[in-house]
Amino acid sequence: MSALQPSDLDRPALARGRSAAADTDLKSVSAALRRAEFGDRLRSLALAAPLLVLLALSFGIPIVLLLSRAVYDPTIAEALPKTTAALADWNGQGQPGDAALAALAADLSDNQAKGTAYELAKSINARLPGARSQVLKTVRKLENAGGQPPLDIMKSVPFWTAPGTWPAIASGTHRLTSFYLLSALDLRWNADGGIERVPPEQAIFLQVFMRTFFVAAAVTLATLLLGFPLAYLISSVPKGLAAILIVAVLLPFWTSILVRTAAWTVLLQKFGLVNDLLLWLGVGSDRLDLMYSRMGLIIAMTHIQLPFTLLPIYSVMRTIQPSQMKAAYSLGARPFTAFRRVYLPQVFPGVMAGCLLTFILCLGYYITPALIGGASDQLISNFIANYVNVELNWEMAAALSFILLVFTLALFGIFARILGFDRLKLV
Amino acid sequence: MLLSPYPTAGERIRITLLWIWCGLVILFLLVPILIPVPLSFNSGAFFIFPLEGISTRWYEVVLGTQRWQSAIGNSLIVAFGTTFIATVLGTLTAIALSDEKFPGRRIVMPLLLSPLIVPVVITAVGSYLFYARIGLASTYAGIILAHTALASPFVVVTVAASLTGFDRNLMRAAAISGAKPLTAFFRVMLPLILPGVLSGAAFAFVTSFDEVVVVQFLASASQRTMPLEMFIGLREKLSPAITAAATLMMALSILLLLVANILSRRGRKAPV
Repeated sequence: MSALQPSDLDRPALARGRSAAADTDLKSVSAALRRAEFGDRLRSLALAAPLLVLLALSFGIPIVLLLSRAVYDPTIAEALPKTTAALADWNGQGQPGDAALAALAADLSDNQAKGTAYELAKSINARLPGARSQVLKTVRKLENAGGQPPLDIMKSVPFWTAPGTWPAIASGTHRLTSFYLLSALDLRWNADGGIERVPPEQAIFLQVFMRTFFVAAAVTLATLLLGFPLAYLISSVPKGLAAILIVAVLLPFWTSILVRTAAWTVLLQKFGLVNDLLLWLGVGSDRLDLMYSRMGLIIAMTHIQLPFTLLPIYSVMRTIQPSQMKAAYSLGARPFTAFRRVYLPQVFPGVMAGCLLTFILCLGYYITPALIGGASDQLISNFIANYVNVELNWEMAAALSFILLVFTLALFGIFARILGFDRLKLV
Repeated sequence: MLLSPYPTAGERIRITLLWIWCGLVILFLLVPILIPVPLSFNSGAFFIFPLEGISTRWYEVVLGTQRWQSAIGNSLIVAFGTTFIATVLGTLTAIALSDEKFPGRRIVMPLLLSPLIVPVVITAVGSYLFYARIGLASTYAGIILAHTALASPFVVVTVAASLTGFDRNLMRAAAISGAKPLTAFFRVMLPLILPGVLSGAAFAFVTSFDEVVVVQFLASASQRTMPLEMFIGLREKLSPAITAAATLMMALSILLLLVANILSRRGRKAPV
């Protein structure tokens, strides 16, 4: 500035000079701001990072790993390397030829030598029911061959030349598989490369999914019938009474599912309180077997889910001004008309939120069916647990989890789409 | 508000029916959770009313035998561990998310809440599968880690709710007055959001203390928690000791959640 000559002091030049200076100032300020904002962002990311990393480790990876088991199964390919190689260019029609049969014989002997024959028999059996005993029989025969060529031994077991055996083995040698996901829906590949239903005697899972949906729907309906009038009453009475009534809803809500299930196992016993009550009311002449029954399960689940349906409905109802109903009356609407035309449309989002929430939560029930349901009342979660604990079939457990998760997330997507994610929090 | 200004006889009947119906629903809600309480003081070994006599023998079983004592101890270890980690990390995350400039807030929030959405059996089976590979199955650390995933969403949500009433200018004022960020957090922010943090901690504690499915898959025989011991007891043989355990668990969770709700309500109304 000090070097400026008077001739430079004409106004436009001055203005230009100033604005250039202001520009660089502005630039540096906004750059500093951006840097500061970038720092802020980094800091807030760093604050959230520990939990996000921990959740990815403790929750994200386990779920992804489990789901991957539904479509990735290398056990057969790894146990039968020679057969896998021999089948690589088989077109899947008819029988694969002697080379594959000999390769399988060699693989079976290898597995027997390594002591893994039993695991192999089990994993082939998962693809091909009845294969377990055939594999073990063949392995024994191969071991005690006494000079007989392996190929002849394989041919002496009719199972290895039966139709259906080789397509199943060939599909087992693929590491990526749709077998388990299809099985979870009672479907399979047929010989022509199409998808078909499994024969009725092998079908299990569609029935279990239907049962889960039925129980969820029944419980949702029951909670709505019980919860809607109570929510209406609570939103209509004076504050003090409403507070007492809401505590009656929250006390069971705060008690754990396990404790409430335990209470119901006590109540539903043959000589328990529910049967006492039914006898006293004169419903039926004999004590009912409510434990290990569908009825008992639905009653207990209804009790557990009632607050989940009621609270979202109540939270909408209490925002509705009583003056609206009065206005409807004053305009000549009869109580029922006012209720149907003015009140119901406004509480509908709450009803949807409550019912969807209960329905979604019911799909994942595990504890209550395990303790109160009978063998024919086990829901999909119980089958998942059973495949892990009893059958040790991780692939099937993973496939069922996959499908249950797809249903759950799809319903939550609908929930978030029509109601917004914020409605998820209760009270 | 229940009755229209000029109620007809039919309307009065409808309202009476509504009250009767709601009375029955309240009974349906409350009786089942109250039933175990008197039964737990029964001196007899059966679940039949009238009670044979009053005694505390079943509480002596739950609080006095080695099996239940170790279960209570395990539950406390897991629940306190979970509460500590979930509260610290959840609070930090809630503070980060309350900043509007946080990148991808709309994606992160549903991800944080996803442990509440995924059916718990899937979480349990997945954890079992993964933790077995990395040597965390049958360890307290594994159970605490899995429980933290289930409990931290509650902390994030309650602390985030209490932060909506927090004026960020206070932190700027603290910085201008020369406070270092950590000092400003402990002296200005934390005292104001403390109700929300404590409420989140109570939710986390109850979530872990009541959890049974994950524990069933991850715990070894010596790590059985109180709910797992109850679950096994319910499967094997129904003993009145279970009603005593149920009563204790119910009392604890109701007490803690009552405190949590009072705190979080106060937190949301926080002055400033």
